[in-house]
Amino acid sequence: MNKIILIIKREYLSRVRKKSFIVMTILGPILMAALMMTPLLMDNSDTEERSVWICDESGLFISQFEKAEDINTTFFTEPLEEVKALFNQSDAFALVHIPSSTDSTISLLENSINVFAHKPISIANRRLISRNVESVIESIKLKNEGLTRDIIEKTRADINLNTIILGESGSEKSGSTEIALGLSMAGGFLIYIFIFLYGAMVMRGVMEEKTSRIVEIIISSVKPFQLMMGKIIGVALVGFTQFALWILLTFVLSTVATTLLVNPTDINPADLANGTELILQDVDIPQNGIASILAQLQSINISFLLGMFLFYFVGGYLMYGSLFAAVGAAVDSETDSQQFMMPITIPLIFSIIALQTILENPDSSLAFWCSIIPFTSPIVMMGRLPFDPPLWEIGLSMVLLIIGFIFTSWIAGRIYRVGILMYGQKVTYKTLWKWIKQS
Amino acid sequence: MKVLEVQSVSKTYSHHKALDNISLSVQEGQIFGLLGPNGAGKTSLIRIINQITMPDEGRVLFNGEPLNHNHIGQIGYLPEERGLYKKMKVGEQALYLAQLKGLSEKEAKKALHTWFERFDIIPWWDKKVEELSKGMAQKIQFITTVLHQPKLLIFDEPFSGFDPINANIIKDEILQLKENGTSIIFSTHRMESVEELCDHIALIDKSKKILDGPINEIKDKYKQQIFKVDFSSSNLGFLDSLPEHLKLVQQNAHQAEIQILNDSSATDLIRFLLDQSDIKGFEEKIPTVNEIFIRTVQGN
Repeated sequence: MNKIILIIKREYLSRVRKKSFIVMTILGPILMAALMMTPLLMDNSDTEERSVWICDESGLFISQFEKAEDINTTFFTEPLEEVKALFNQSDAFALVHIPSSTDSTISLLENSINVFAHKPISIANRRLISRNVESVIESIKLKNEGLTRDIIEKTRADINLNTIILGESGSEKSGSTEIALGLSMAGGFLIYIFIFLYGAMVMRGVMEEKTSRIVEIIISSVKPFQLMMGKIIGVALVGFTQFALWILLTFVLSTVATTLLVNPTDINPADLANGTELILQDVDIPQNGIASILAQLQSINISFLLGMFLFYFVGGYLMYGSLFAAVGAAVDSETDSQQFMMPITIPLIFSIIALQTILENPDSSLAFWCSIIPFTSPIVMMGRLPFDPPLWEIGLSMVLLIIGFIFTSWIAGRIYRVGILMYGQKVTYKTLWKWIKQS
Repeated sequence: MKVLEVQSVSKTYSHHKALDNISLSVQEGQIFGLLGPNGAGKTSLIRIINQITMPDEGRVLFNGEPLNHNHIGQIGYLPEERGLYKKMKVGEQALYLAQLKGLSEKEAKKALHTWFERFDIIPWWDKKVEELSKGMAQKIQFITTVLHQPKLLIFDEPFSGFDPINANIIKDEILQLKENGTSIIFSTHRMESVEELCDHIALIDKSKKILDGPINEIKDKYKQQIFKVDFSSSNLGFLDSLPEHLKLVQQNAHQAEIQILNDSSATDLIRFLLDQSDIKGFEEKIPTVNEIFIRTVQGN
């Protein structure tokens, strides 16, 4: 036991002290921030006003065209040819030609509107133009039927479904779709990333020991299984450290960034209040936003979720970690590892893809099986948890994950033990099977 | 006293038998040469002694007890294929390996300091292994193998990678360890060092032990009654018509090697030769380990 602690200590310290670890830990949040900021910045640079000319021959549209945010519209009633000649010399962005029509022939317009432009038009801009034209046509049609837009607006209903789950004992609990969805995705994705990043680190570590030929010296002092588990646990601790530092640094960075970038004089309390409302509307949360979020959060048992997250996080990592270690032991170089990586990565990638489908229907049989089978359960069950799956399913999934971990580490241990001392051999699945059988 | 006793050990890997009923024993303070051609099964046997693998049949006794995990701290092993963590500092790494063998951090530091001083390599302590030359790294490996003062040391090609000067330093250290009562299993293909160091040898070929005994007895046994004779004259025509029980093995201007084929004695040979010519020198040709190795392996 003492020796396994020594191994864990070495695995941990030798990685945490590496320059690459320190660099990645500091750069990680900056890169993440940059990744998220770049599209925003690029989008911003694209928001200059564009002038769009509209050649509205019948003059039907001029009164009803809504003023769009980034578009500066100019109307012409002259014949197309004249406007076109002018447009060619201007730097206007696009010219929309609406042929003349009357109220009764308005339907014909739907297929006869052309847009002229100097450069190809983005999908967003096309949509903007067509939405505008459509709404005018709709209004005209409504008017023909004797209705106005106001009446339509008045009759529109917008409901918020409050899901209430009935417990077996008659308890009631309001469902929590939006928040739950966010938590699920985040939890599942975190486990996925963690397994991949640090599983690969375990594999490289094993390969390093094998190729530097230190392994025979070490396993004359400790059992191969101890060395393998020591490495897996040591790397997990490296992962926890890095995640913790990332979270801390992101928090510090974002605090610093907001204080530096947002000029305090720009902020007045009224804006702030509006701001919150706006953000809430953006994420499509009902008017009584904050109260609803709080209610939903209360309905989710946070400490239960957190505990489960830790269980699946650690369980999934341990199960896959030993497989990564076995692959590292079986091969001589990283290029050889590809063929054995496949069966490990496929269930992982499958579970993250399946998760998206499963979240739409958390009670499907796909959801059930994926959250029971240990290879997919860490990610999928984590995703399902906020949707209150039956307790027996959670229990079964946990027990199976533990069994899965014991099973994979047993298999991996056997491959590891033999593989780590094999050099220059062409390793196939058949050889791996032989190693597993070998006593 | 027997430090190590291997009793009828067999080991089969999926497609071939690596060890077939091997028995041998190593006495306290003995240097035991474990010889054999490549792929004979030496490494398999060494790995079993180190509890890296388990024998299929037979057992191994250490100090009279069946080998178990408590013995790990009493065995030191320098494998043939050996390396160190490249990115780790020398001192830290040596400390780690010593602690894995069961030394406390304090004991390990103290012992390492003594050895580093002895080899005059204290400045290496904070260097990374990748900055060391191969010979330097081998020295560190040697130190980490012997640091915990094991009762049994296993050296697999300990001199590879060393220049002659450093090889001599290591050889002296090995002899010193033997003086202090350590038993040493020594596996190598360099027969001249076997000749110099070993008290006892065992030869393994094709998974079987084909030779085992004290080096002097084996040499005696492999003597072929060949005598090297220096003559004072170069008139050696009589050698072409030797009596039937004598065979000319080799002949130079003043020298001949003659083998006695029946059980007549060396004295008889001298008497016969003196009748023919003057003798300046006469000695029995003792086979080298190298010759014994080649003869037994080829004859097997």
